[in-house]
Amino acid sequence: MNFALDPATAWLIIAAAAATYLTRIGGYVLITRMSSIPPRLEAALNAVPAAVLTTLCAPAFFNGGLDIKIAMLVALVVSLKYPGLIMLAAGWATAMLCRHAFGL
Amino acid sequence: MNRNEIVEGLKGGAVVALSSASFAVLFGAVAVDNGLNLPEVALMSATVYAGASQLVGIELFGQHVAAWLVVLSIFAVNFRHVLYSAALTRYLTHFSLGQKLLAFFVLIDPQFAETVRRAESGKTITLEWYLAFAATIYVPWLTFSIVGAAFGAMIGDPRVWAIDVLLPLYFLGIVVGFRRKPNFYPVVLASFIGSILGYQLVGSPWHVSIGAAFGVLVAALLPLSPPPGTKTAKAGHS
Repeated sequence: MNFALDPATAWLIIAAAAATYLTRIGGYVLITRMSSIPPRLEAALNAVPAAVLTTLCAPAFFNGGLDIKIAMLVALVVSLKYPGLIMLAAGWATAMLCRHAFGL
Repeated sequence: MNRNEIVEGLKGGAVVALSSASFAVLFGAVAVDNGLNLPEVALMSATVYAGASQLVGIELFGQHVAAWLVVLSIFAVNFRHVLYSAALTRYLTHFSLGQKLLAFFVLIDPQFAETVRRAESGKTITLEWYLAFAATIYVPWLTFSIVGAAFGAMIGDPRVWAIDVLLPLYFLGIVVGFRRKPNFYPVVLASFIGSILGYQLVGSPWHVSIGAAFGVLVAALLPLSPPPGTKTAKAGHS
């Protein structure tokens, strides 16, 4: 493997990093410029965590095979009562069972 | 220095590091496959530090798309972080400007989710906890990207050990943890539908922005019902 940084690639990566950092401070810059936050904007901001994180797992459920669907449903039920690590273990074990014991 | 805060940060971050390790290896392997070398992989994981967008960038890089289009696509995929930093600002008001600039650099999905969860449980977000949590994810992310770049071809199918289900499960668990927030069910339903529509009609990774827009829009349009107790706490910060 070649271990030298290609300047064009390196600059492309730096530009991508700068664009990413812009999104990470952008909300802070915008929100601190407002003297007060309108209630509807506050309601929208409150919904951000659930809204974004749902999009990160919805396609996995929707497009995944029966193994993923069952594992996620089991994890969902477990997570209503138990902390995160137990939920992860239950979902993972379900997926392993589905794949290796039932061939899903 | 609060040792307890650091320990809690390390513990929380370890779960995320474990879930994302396979993703980091995958990124490293795919990146090499698409023409990057090891130092370039390391540079990208260290500076961009945003998994999904790194894979998108690599995918376009392999197709020899114009550089500005690659950067624009990464910007679009990461646009959700604007919402994160806006929503997180109220919990970090006691950080100095330099601490905030550093904190926002490592503001990835789980960092945001755990910080909100911790702040909403009534705890103050300390710099020690925040950076311990971040470092526990950042260092393995970088390390496993490099491992993936170096040994990508030797690593088998992540499906065999069901490593591919860990990240969706992790995010699912966090979503469930928010179920007592106001408007939770309409927001999640809207995001679910929006992200599936986006995935089917436009394609990944746009489903993230589209789904999030659906959920956030629903929350903004629903009748306002300030939950008791939270309103005054927030008013003090704004």
